[in-house]
Amino acid sequence: MKGRKIFGGKAEGEALVSKEGISFYGGVDPDTGVVTERGHPLEGQSITGKVLVFPVGKGSTVGSYTIYRLKKNGKAPSAIINKECETVVAVGAIISEIPCVDQIDIEKIKTGDKLKVNADEGIVECAKS
Amino acid sequence: MELTEEQKDMLEGKNGNAVKKSMSILVALGEIYGAKGLIPVTSVQISGVSYDNLGDAGLEFLDEMAKDGKIRVKTTLNPAGMDMENWEALGIDPEFARKQKLVIEAFEKMGVEATCTCTPYFIGNKPDFGDHIAWGESSAVTYANSVLGAKTNKEGGPSSIASALTGFTAEYGLHLDENRQAHFVAEVKAKVDNPMLFGALGNVIGGIAKGRIPLMTGIKKATTEDLKGLSASIVTYGGAPMFHIEGITPNKTSVPEERVVVGQEDIDNAVKGMNDAEDAEFIFIGCPHCSIEELKKISELLDGKIVKKELWIGVARPIKKIADKKGYSKIIEESGAKLACDTCHVVAPLKGRFTSIATNSAKGIFYGRGKNNFKTIFTTLENCINLAVEG
Repeated sequence: MKGRKIFGGKAEGEALVSKEGISFYGGVDPDTGVVTERGHPLEGQSITGKVLVFPVGKGSTVGSYTIYRLKKNGKAPSAIINKECETVVAVGAIISEIPCVDQIDIEKIKTGDKLKVNADEGIVECAKS
Repeated sequence: MELTEEQKDMLEGKNGNAVKKSMSILVALGEIYGAKGLIPVTSVQISGVSYDNLGDAGLEFLDEMAKDGKIRVKTTLNPAGMDMENWEALGIDPEFARKQKLVIEAFEKMGVEATCTCTPYFIGNKPDFGDHIAWGESSAVTYANSVLGAKTNKEGGPSSIASALTGFTAEYGLHLDENRQAHFVAEVKAKVDNPMLFGALGNVIGGIAKGRIPLMTGIKKATTEDLKGLSASIVTYGGAPMFHIEGITPNKTSVPEERVVVGQEDIDNAVKGMNDAEDAEFIFIGCPHCSIEELKKISELLDGKIVKKELWIGVARPIKKIADKKGYSKIIEESGAKLACDTCHVVAPLKGRFTSIATNSAKGIFYGRGKNNFKTIFTTLENCINLAVEG
């Protein structure tokens, strides 16, 4: 799949897919990497080391700093794939130097798939689990 | 996106690492939103100042940017997690205070004025009509766009810093006149005549707007304080950070066909919806931060009285200094109420300290609930003071 580079770099890992948007501020614990938003499809799951796949970011602009805190705490995802990247996630990925690609048809990706991300070229390779 | 030679140099690191990182943020945003290029800004307001929101990682980011980053335009700061001078009286933990001071020191190293307020337009950071600016703090963004007629998107902490250190922002969104036009008309057929009721109106219209821009009609008069309350509320409850009011706000707009009516019942229901507490342990006025007129009114209401409950009044330090000279601060403080400069109940570390809040701010209700899990009373400034005095 070919999308658009938001922040470059290469990563490999297991996909963790959310059908709903993610609010990092107040929605993900920056110290543990666990999703805490009540009622969220990923509630209780850890995003650490995963290739995190979700349609779009939502919520407060402080979320960019939450992504940065995750990275500094060693709890960040290895890469981020969005359908449509918005500012909170884009800025978070840039300041945290996390490979990030958007404009990907994320419907084709399932949790557990092995993903190979070449964000410099905007390419995501998916091996079905 | 087309960059000038100066901007290309910045992106390549010829002006240092902080400027390079800043440029990469701005260019990425410009490309995501299809900007043709970057434009100069005349003013910046930085959000993301409270250590409660930044944590150690955020502080580390600021230290990194402060190493070789210096601001190029007038820049002010959003509220911090505490009163920078009087934090002990507000019951702030000393370790939190130490970290919060480091955050402010990093900003000062960049050359930022460490006046922490959500109302920069009260303290000399007041852009002119038509100015392109890069502001964080959603209430101030909405006020700047709608009431002052300056042009800004809703920036986050890192992107507002990026604009401060480069003097540029990407030209998209509300910087373009075609995106500043109203999407629907809201005929207001209800009595709104104080900041609290303007906040309730913002709650109703924000919910209808869902990211779009309203043109409100039927409002005959709105004070600065009313517009401040409306700005904070409308964007908190789902509107775009911009509105028009016929006969009151300065921007031109085309008149859309879609019409909704906001009646008295809508306002009453909004007020009801923001009330779910019987009593309040904590009372906060000054979201957004109080004007000097509000402090005057509060001092008149508190004159000769003693408060029985924890009452904080949020204000920018330069406004407090005026209140000191006029004698308002003395009256307020003699009542036992606390003037909280530089901070507010949204960004201070209050979770667990209280279980309920009373405030005249609709925005304050949203964050009192969402961030601090408080039960809430939403009422007028006068009633808030009465609650504090009568206990």
